[in-house]
Amino acid sequence: MALAKRRFPLPDSQTIPGQTVAVHGEGHNPALLHHFAEQQQQRDAASLGMWIFLATEVMFFGGLFCAYLIYRLKYFAEFSAASKTLALSLGATNTAVLICSSLTVVLAVYAAQHAKRSMLLGNLILTIILGFVFLGIKAVEYNEKFEKHHVPGPSFQFNEVNIPGHPGQYANPSHAQIFFALYFVMTGLHALHMIIGIGIFVWLLTAAWKGRFTPQYNTPVEIGGLYWHFVDIIWIYLFPLLYLIDRHP
Amino acid sequence: MSEHSSSPLKTYVTIWLTLLAGTALTVYAATVDLGHFNAAVALTIASCKALLVALFFMHIRGASEKLVKLVVIATVFFLFILLALSMADYGTRAWS
Repeated sequence: MALAKRRFPLPDSQTIPGQTVAVHGEGHNPALLHHFAEQQQQRDAASLGMWIFLATEVMFFGGLFCAYLIYRLKYFAEFSAASKTLALSLGATNTAVLICSSLTVVLAVYAAQHAKRSMLLGNLILTIILGFVFLGIKAVEYNEKFEKHHVPGPSFQFNEVNIPGHPGQYANPSHAQIFFALYFVMTGLHALHMIIGIGIFVWLLTAAWKGRFTPQYNTPVEIGGLYWHFVDIIWIYLFPLLYLIDRHP
Repeated sequence: MSEHSSSPLKTYVTIWLTLLAGTALTVYAATVDLGHFNAAVALTIASCKALLVALFFMHIRGASEKLVKLVVIATVFFLFILLALSMADYGTRAWS
């Protein structure tokens, strides 16, 4: 069983098929997958994979931002009138909620790296709670849109709304509808990412509860944190673009 | 290892307070009439906030892998291509 204590990678001369079983013996670190040479390489590979996934997410949201940009330039008057109907205080509160959740996420990663169990569990729970607070506030906003008939579709109403800065001119409802369509698709997709993020953090919480994370192995917390921060960054852009068009009196 | 990729707690709290201040600033800036610059100011503040989150909370600053930095720069570059070429098209069309 001398091979069992040997670290990867084995020199070519020793990778004989018959001996591979011995390699997975008692000397092998259970947190290290077979195909990685060492812990750092495994961590870097996981992190790089997450960053490439986030790159695809940026392009995914990028298409929506591009559509937003085109229609904002074309129908600026209606975009500004429609943006003023959004609840600024709720949007700003949600921004603060997400920024606070990013802090708890980064504290959770720190706690996992420094074997602080109660700090890790506490911050994971706080993150999940803040995620639900965000979704709750979003639900209140969506509810208001339904009540005001600002949801795109047959019942959409945006009649006799003044264009800011142009007294006597009314916004074209069909152009305003494009703003609300973009609003619902962008914030809806963002909310979907939040729901997935909460799911990831519930999973992280159960794994942390079982004591799976150590200073040597905490990649899931780090990777889950990267996802959460990305969702935060998307909101950091969505908030001024949707809520703060032409707000000055 | 892990010591290199995690900043001290004090930095995290400072960044958190800066992000909250940035949110307040962007709400305030929106109430001031800056003409066409309102959008530019809002986007600049948002980009600064996003940069702070990426550098300090997502640990790009202390990343041991140069590949991660390459992926981030490539992402921003391709997003820029997406927006710039689309706007070059729509911006030069004769809209009805």
